[in-house]
Amino acid sequence: MDWKKLFAKLYIWLLLIVLYAPIAFIVIFSFTEAKSLGNWTGFSTALYQNLFNGSMQNASGLLSAVKNTLLIALVASVVATLLGTIAAIGIFHLHGTKKQTMTFLNNIPMINPDIITGVSLFLLFVFLGISQGYTTVILAHITFCTPYVVLNVMPKLRQMNPNIYEAALDLGATPAQAFRKVLVPALRPGMISGFILSFTMSLDDFVVTFFTRGTIGLDTLSTYIYTDARKGGLTPELKPLMSIIFLIILVVLLVINIRQSKQLEKKA
Amino acid sequence: MNKRSSWALPYFIFMVLFVVLPLLLIVFYSLQDGSGHFTLANIGKFFTDKDALSTFALSIEVAIENTFICILLGYPAAYILADKRLNRSAVTVVLFILPMWINALMRTLATAELFNMAGIALGKGTLLFGMAYDYLPFMIYPIYNVLNKMDKSYSEAAQDLGATPGQVFRKVTLPLSMPGIMSGVMMVFMPTVSTFAISEFLTNNKIKLFGTIIQENINNSMWNYGAALSLVMLLIIGITTFLQGGEAQEEATGGLI
Repeated sequence: MDWKKLFAKLYIWLLLIVLYAPIAFIVIFSFTEAKSLGNWTGFSTALYQNLFNGSMQNASGLLSAVKNTLLIALVASVVATLLGTIAAIGIFHLHGTKKQTMTFLNNIPMINPDIITGVSLFLLFVFLGISQGYTTVILAHITFCTPYVVLNVMPKLRQMNPNIYEAALDLGATPAQAFRKVLVPALRPGMISGFILSFTMSLDDFVVTFFTRGTIGLDTLSTYIYTDARKGGLTPELKPLMSIIFLIILVVLLVINIRQSKQLEKKA
Repeated sequence: MNKRSSWALPYFIFMVLFVVLPLLLIVFYSLQDGSGHFTLANIGKFFTDKDALSTFALSIEVAIENTFICILLGYPAAYILADKRLNRSAVTVVLFILPMWINALMRTLATAELFNMAGIALGKGTLLFGMAYDYLPFMIYPIYNVLNKMDKSYSEAAQDLGATPGQVFRKVTLPLSMPGIMSGVMMVFMPTVSTFAISEFLTNNKIKLFGTIIQENINNSMWNYGAALSLVMLLIIGITTFLQGGEAQEEATGGLI
């Protein structure tokens, strides 16, 4: 028996058990009717039924929070992916101080903790007199997502042959055509991982949304949970909702990874 | 000068408007009183505000402790995950980042509830545990990335030249993985200082961290003092970033997925 290997496995599994305990806890208690977390009153799928037929308290609130979360994440990550990809191409072709300046600027939102991003954007919108709501939240999310797109597209630019784009232009393609037919296919893996990263960061964001959503009652899932928890009682239907989200993400990530490792095996 | 370099221009304008200007506004607002006159009173208030100062000290203390806990727990995990002899499955790595996709507030509430069920009183201990729980993946990932890309021939060479496994680790592997640790520290330390909500949930409002104070001031329309407190944080970010030279970031966070 290889003790080192056994110990390593044990350590990893122990950490994973601790990491997953709260999630398992949510999933388990989604199958009981009790209002508060951690209160077991027998097996029941009532909360799931409530969630799907909307017969719960404040159903519209939770539903619109879910919709807002998805809509904001989608718009923000699409824009961030486009803006970031074009920016990465530009930065890649810059030299000297200009390149350093752009790289430095790009690093700022990644280094800034959420609260600084949130407060500073809040002050910007106050200063410019822009009333806060969907637009400001989406702009804020684009701000903290785009740097990660740049970061993910950059390595693909380094890997690609810089002459292909010129060749396309020489052969009569317009810059827009060359962008679509040459650059995008070459940069696609970076764009996709940038997009996924942006999407998930936007989904999970609480602090920046909190500061930029204004007072029009705009709620994402995060702010909904926060307000709910501060009021004292968490909407019980959040448990089945979170369990479903977890299941979807688990399946998607596993499929992506199994496909990736199969592709790697093929290449090898 | 290549024409494609001009493609950076829209992003440059965007960054000036949404990153540089807002940060300057933090400075601008922190140097003003409520009616728009220049003053140093907001900054001065922080240094005489016992409540804010002790919260600040506590936040730094908790952040340092949390960062150390994350390194102590995360480094071995990253090491094992990156070692092909100990772990051959990429899925295990995914399992470590998967919790990050579940709403952090929801996970934190569940963690707090677990403590309640186990009869553990909420306080600093549970705060540290919950923080480590939230931030551990952010420490494991950059270290894993650096270790994974590391050229194995260095440690093999050290071994061939007679270094013991302990020496190989201390003199080769650990120094080479420093950039990963650094960007892990970056992703754990400052966010810990500035969290709000998470610390409130994990201690049942008993312990406030610096982020909570900033949020309370901003939400109670005390923008100028809130901005001054944010400025204090900005300065610390500036100092820590300067100390570690911001370049490590790109290396280690490049391939989060």
